[in-house]
This record gives sequence, C-alpha cells and structure tokens, in this order.
Amino acid sequence: MSKVPGDLHYTKSHEWVRAEGAALIVGITDHAQDLMGDMVFVELPKPGTRLDAGKECAVVESVKAASDVYAPVAGEVMAINEALANAPETLNTDPYGAGWLFKIKPADPAAVRALLDASAYEALLASET
Amino acid sequence: MGHHTPLYEEHVGAGARMVDFGGWDMPLHYGSQIAEHHAVRQQAGIFDVSHMRAVEVRGADARAYLRFLLANDVDKLKTPGKALYSCLLNEQGGVLDDLIVYFLAPDWFRLIVNAGPAENDIAWLRAHTGRFTVDITPRPDLAMIAVQGPRADHAASQVLGDEGYGVLARLKPFFGAFAGDTFVARTGYTGEAGFEVLIDAREVVGLWRRFTAQGVVPAGLGARDTLRLEAGMNLYGHDMDTSVSPLESGLAWTVSLTADREFIGRPALVRQRAQGVMRRLTGLVLRGSGVVRSGQEIRGPWGSGTVTSGSFSPSLSRGIGLVRVPAAAADGDACELIGRSGQILAARLVAPPFVRQGRVLIDLDGEGR
Repeated sequence: MSKVPGDLHYTKSHEWVRAEGAALIVGITDHAQDLMGDMVFVELPKPGTRLDAGKECAVVESVKAASDVYAPVAGEVMAINEALANAPETLNTDPYGAGWLFKIKPADPAAVRALLDASAYEALLASET
Repeated sequence: MGHHTPLYEEHVGAGARMVDFGGWDMPLHYGSQIAEHHAVRQQAGIFDVSHMRAVEVRGADARAYLRFLLANDVDKLKTPGKALYSCLLNEQGGVLDDLIVYFLAPDWFRLIVNAGPAENDIAWLRAHTGRFTVDITPRPDLAMIAVQGPRADHAASQVLGDEGYGVLARLKPFFGAFAGDTFVARTGYTGEAGFEVLIDAREVVGLWRRFTAQGVVPAGLGARDTLRLEAGMNLYGHDMDTSVSPLESGLAWTVSLTADREFIGRPALVRQRAQGVMRRLTGLVLRGSGVVRSGQEIRGPWGSGTVTSGSFSPSLSRGIGLVRVPAAAADGDACELIGRSGQILAARLVAPPFVRQGRVLIDLDGEGR
C-alpha cells in the first residue's frame, strides 16, 4: 500500500505539494514512483521558469517508462533538487523527502487549497486499483 | 487474469509487481529491477521461467522431423544432452518463434519455446508431422527456473545435493542432463554463468525456497530484459517476428543452409540471400544521458532504422538498444536517436553483446579499442 502523508496536497496526476512558508515544494507520490519502478533520469525546469498550472514541466524516467510531471499550480521555479541528477533512485527511496523535485513561488498563494487533500488522494488511488 | 506458474504465490508473497507476459501473470520485479540486475551480474539471481513451455519430440523420425522443421540443423547435435538454438520459420522465412532444442536420445528431443507463441508452435509442430513417425507432447507438468550469476554454482552445491550437483558440475556450456527426474542444463538468457532446471511443477516451490535461502536473489522480467539486452540476445516478438527473417535479425549464424537439407522457410531464405538482405539487426548505445525505447527511430547517413528493444543498461549506466538498420549501416557509425518529444540524442551503432560475464564488451565512447 502506497504511503500518503496527511499533511500534503496532491494532484490527480500524482504530484504532491508541501507548503513551506510562502514557497511550495513539489514531488511525485509514492504511488507514482512505485508504478514507474527504478528511476534512471530526471529532467527538471531551470530556476526562474514560469510554470502554468497543469502543464508539463519536468520528466522523470524509469527503466520502464518516461513520464511527464505537471505543475500543480502556476508559479515560478525558485530552486530544483540538483542532487537527483546523480542519484535519481532517491525518487524511489524517499519520494516525500530527499526525492523532492523543485520549489516554486506560487502566483496565487491560495491555489494550493484547490488541490486534493490526503483523503481525497487516497480515494483516487482506491478508485484506480 | 492470466495463467499462473506454480511459483505465483511465492512471487506475490515476496512483494513482486506482477505483469502480463505472453498471457501469464509474471513478476516484473520484487522492489528494484536494477538491484536484481546487479545481483545476477555480481552474485546470483533466480528467475521463474515456468511460463516457457517444454515440448517433447519423440519417435523414430524425431531427428529427421526436426531437421525439416528448424532453421538450424539438429544434425549438429551428436552428443546426448547437447543443446542448439534455432528459429522456427514459416514458409515465407518469417520467425514463428525461437527455441532451444536438447538432444536427449536418438528418438527424443526436448524443445523449450516461448510463452506467447507456445500454443501456435505446438499446433504448427503437430500440423507438420506428415510423413514422420513422431509424437509431439507439451509438458505443462514441468516447471522451469533459471539460476544465473557467478555464484550460481556455489548455491547449487548447497541446494542440489551430491548427485544433482555432481551432474551439473560435469556439464559443459550448452549441455543438459538428468539428475533423477530433474533436468539441469547450462543454458540461460543473461550472459552470465549459471544453469536452468526443469522439474516436476509440484516440487519447484521447495527448490525455489532452497535457492533463495542460500541468498540467491529472486529476479523478475525487468532484470531479465536488461540482462539479455546487455548480452545481445534477441527477444521474440520485439527483435524478430513473422515479418522478418533470421537473416534480418542478427541470427544468420543460427541458419544452416547446407545443400543436403530441405527445411520450412529455406527457399525463402535462399531467395532473400540471393537478392541481398536489405536490413540487419545490431546494437545502439547513447553518447549521453537518456533511455532508449522500443519503437523509436534512428537516423544516419544510410537512412533510418528502428529500435526493436531499448532500455537503460544498469551495467553501463547508458541507454542501449537493438536496432534494425539498412544493411549499409556499419557498427561504429554515428547516428541520431529521435527521443519521445522529438529531441535528437547522439548515439552510435555497436556490435552486440554489450556486457557478458560481468565484463563490458563495447567501446563506450567510440574512441577506438
């Protein structure tokens, strides 16, 4: 059973979002990494890039498949997780921690509230299996 | 729901992610297919290959029959136990399946065929017995495991007992022999040392547990695919099928066109060879980061080609693949791989295998070797 931490926000495309002050940290969920299997490459947006909500902004690639990552909300990329370039497997081992992808400054600080909460995301996972 | 091998519960209990393969529910991996890959290259891994089908070919005409059915010539098999790799062709020279045939006795050969095409193969074999005195008997009562890696034999010495291990230890590569009712063979699909075991399906769970208790790592189809790809071995349905001949699939070495033998598909192959084989199968390695995917296009000065198998090589930390290219394309040639969003990745053709026996066999960066 995939882990779904209670304090995060989620998207239907299996990203998670953690509010950290005015910034949002984005990653992919335990369910997503588990489905994809061993990660081998991660392509992240450049800091400063403006992201549109729901648009692809990164690529995670496993032995099995490549998958787009979608921006959960509109905003600007403040920082990316450089460590993933040499250790993409961190996405598998710690998807909610050291495996974070990028940090954004949201255009609308309230936008995160429109995302799924943990129980809604759990319900989504249950409906998919 | 697909078919289940006798080891299905064992896989599920070990936390395997199960996938459909040729109509069978099989383990893709048990957590990390890359870790399983490395375990086989460096230690030992165990695969459930019970989805593959053993088929007995028995009768006075068994040899003559298989000389007519197979593209490779079973007359090369002189010593009981010796195995041969061959394609099974249709009249157009297209590949119906690839298989291993073991010569067990003058009136007894054993085939191991792929899971997906198995039913069609058996129907084909039966439809072509014709004038031959031969019986075709599938053996769904047998299960099959592969134990592969540099530590495979050590594990066998602990598991198979004095008699079983004694039989195995005496086997040369590509030979098999019976130890009681169990058949052990020095064959595999990983490019590593090791063996395969055909055993009564009711006994395979116990055997599997005895190997894993020795530290042999359960490995799934994911690792099996990257291992065989590194070893430069074709996968039926990807690298060849009925739309291509062995001559276009890097398998000319498995076709025996000696003058004294007629076989199904031979006239088509002779014709193709006379007209010139237009395409060939070879290897591809990316220069930089990226993963090669089946179906992607490559381009070079000689035109375009198609990736038939692609992945990320855990041993090389590079994207690698098998590609079908125009005959003029030479190993060593630079080319471009068209990525999933149309981006161009620098690549190079190389003669497979990429890795065997834990050793890198290609020049990774094309700077001479």
